[in-house]
Amino acid sequence: MRLPILLALATLALPAHAADGFIVVQSTTSTRNSGLYDAILPQFTRASGIEVRVVAVGTGQALRNARNCDGDVLLVHAREAEDAFVAEGYGLSRADVMYNDFVLVGPSDDPAGASAASGIDAALTAIATSRAPFASRGDDSGTHKKERALWAMAQVDPSVASGSWYRETGSGMGATLNIASGMGAYTLTDRATWIAFANKGDLRVLSEGDEALFNQYGIIDVNPAKCPDIRAVPARAFIDWLLSEEGQSAIAAYRRDDRQLFFPNAKPE
Amino acid sequence: MLRLVASGDGPDAAIRLEQVDLRRGGRAVLDGLDLSIPQQGITAIMGPNGAGKSLALRVMAGLVRPDHGAVVHSLSKPQDIALVFQKPVLLRRTVRANLRHALAIYGVPRRARRERLGELLDFGRLAAIADSPARALSGGEQQRVAMVRALAARPKLLLLDEPSASLDPQATEAIEILIRDAALSGTTIVLVTHDRGQATRLAGHIRFLHRGALVEAASADQFLLAPKSPEAQAYFAGKLLL
Amino acid sequence: MQGFGEAFAAAFALILGLDADLIEIVGLSLRVTLSATVFACLLGFPLGALLAVGRFPGRGILTVLVNALMGLPPVVVGLVVYLMLSRAGPLGALGLLYTPTAMIIAQTILVTPIVAALTRQTVADLDAEYHETLRSMGAGSGARMQTLLWDGRFALMTTALAGMGRALAEVGAVMIVGGNIDHVTRVMTTAIALETSRGELALALGLGIVLMVLSLALNALVMGARLGNVRLSHA
Repeated sequence: MRLPILLALATLALPAHAADGFIVVQSTTSTRNSGLYDAILPQFTRASGIEVRVVAVGTGQALRNARNCDGDVLLVHAREAEDAFVAEGYGLSRADVMYNDFVLVGPSDDPAGASAASGIDAALTAIATSRAPFASRGDDSGTHKKERALWAMAQVDPSVASGSWYRETGSGMGATLNIASGMGAYTLTDRATWIAFANKGDLRVLSEGDEALFNQYGIIDVNPAKCPDIRAVPARAFIDWLLSEEGQSAIAAYRRDDRQLFFPNAKPE
Repeated sequence: MLRLVASGDGPDAAIRLEQVDLRRGGRAVLDGLDLSIPQQGITAIMGPNGAGKSLALRVMAGLVRPDHGAVVHSLSKPQDIALVFQKPVLLRRTVRANLRHALAIYGVPRRARRERLGELLDFGRLAAIADSPARALSGGEQQRVAMVRALAARPKLLLLDEPSASLDPQATEAIEILIRDAALSGTTIVLVTHDRGQATRLAGHIRFLHRGALVEAASADQFLLAPKSPEAQAYFAGKLLL
Repeated sequence: MQGFGEAFAAAFALILGLDADLIEIVGLSLRVTLSATVFACLLGFPLGALLAVGRFPGRGILTVLVNALMGLPPVVVGLVVYLMLSRAGPLGALGLLYTPTAMIIAQTILVTPIVAALTRQTVADLDAEYHETLRSMGAGSGARMQTLLWDGRFALMTTALAGMGRALAEVGAVMIVGGNIDHVTRVMTTAIALETSRGELALALGLGIVLMVLSLALNALVMGARLGNVRLSHA
């Protein structure tokens, strides 16, 4: 009788992981789902002895968690929100780290004729006109903000159709892609998540390459003035490494199905 | 109702109920009950069904509070009074563990428990079944355990509510041996029984109840030979007392 | 349909391959869930017995509340614990967020009402059986509670298993307070959620099968221990 109690109490005391030190990164999900972190983080840990613990929850939640001081570093892809985060004093500074692009995927028979349209705004207009099902993230993530900006560019307001052809899943990219795959809907996704996604079903890339589909990732260190318990020094070390030649080439070297998913573009100091 | 009260009760009674009233569901189930139990020996409480015998026992044990009247005794500790029910209720453990549990509840000090446990197993001739699961035993064996359990802390007063009513003759005999042994070691015994033969075998005093009141109190020899009250006479003649 | 075949194949491959990551994840699941179950029982058994046997004002309301809390959504528990343990929250200084300890806390909160409510029912039923006997022996409330809890130990074992099942199966609470961090707070259910979000449905289902096998093994273990002792529980 006593044994299980003692064991249970003992497990509370066990450290989760023995490491020289660690930082918590609040991150978007595409960098995790695509396997990028699995590839590059061990290199950083080997070089610095610092363990990187990634909480990949999507941009909206990552920003909120960081405002609560529950992360040391923020890695997301929503420029306006990132700038606001720094302007409000939560972040020390923001830097470009890498980019790729968004793509519009949809059912292979393309009922809206999106692939024939020139430009992403025309493709979206075609979808709205034909009322073809479209799965939106609906969760204030970087992808969702980009999607909303693209609808605005196309001068279409899909929210009036929410619940009919415009389906707001309120979910992450993976769940939204599963839903799109399951109901044969169009959706906007970042290319890295798409390439790594294993349940493509009948979905294909139907529109890509438009300038507006550019997808920039930014990295921010959380401000110790707002969050005194932040591990500021190792956080800075991680950011510096990621922006350095070593980190940038690690990003460029990561391939999936022989394709490069992220393109480093840190500005030289 | 004429109440015939013999001598032998009085200030040296082990326990007394005085003018006890108890109503249940609008009926008076105990009605001005005066009951006095002598210190020595075995007192049998008899009477037809519904006479209030079991209730009187429970009032004596302190399990039921009367609406009016008094329960008078000088038994200070809870373990001075023990109760054995018609159907034994044993815990889901071995016989030994049941008795150990009783010793703990009755507050027997730890050091004394081991020895006392041995005494109890001997007294009840339970050694052979000491490590059997108590609830897997026969009815008679379980009742023996319940009796021994009741005697675990050497109570001064032992109350028995038809302890052998569901048992076969062999099991009944085993129980009666225990009752006699307990009486011989000085415990006051109150036995509710329907069984005239059992009363003849065991009782020194009889109290006859009807409709919640005492109808006749006498020594057993006298009563069983020739009850004086018309109710007791009718009862033993086999008539239904209404 | 062919996804199920792939799933079973994936499950077999995982189990037989003794994949190191899988072992780590299974180990953490066991550690978190078993600890939470033990704590929930330490809290829930006496609480349930008290609700069954005690007589105090507000007992009825408390019973209804405990019963209702059985239906606490795990994600809500996760949110509440996150808000408590967040650096911005009251217990932030403890630094427990994103650790297995936080997950144990959340699951304990989730499971305790289940244990308490089921214990209450078990003990109340036993009390009906033993009430007169124990009272006639002069047993106080505390002694009665202890006696009834031990007497009901087989039903309580099933209660503990029910609580454990709930904890093993939930994802909402551990996801939020643990963060599903690789090698740190990733358990079976959050791993399944992750693989699902990667579209790796067969693998996710395979992990689910492994989880069920784990649950089966735990239940069989407890049942085996119980059967060894069942003679003592003759009613």
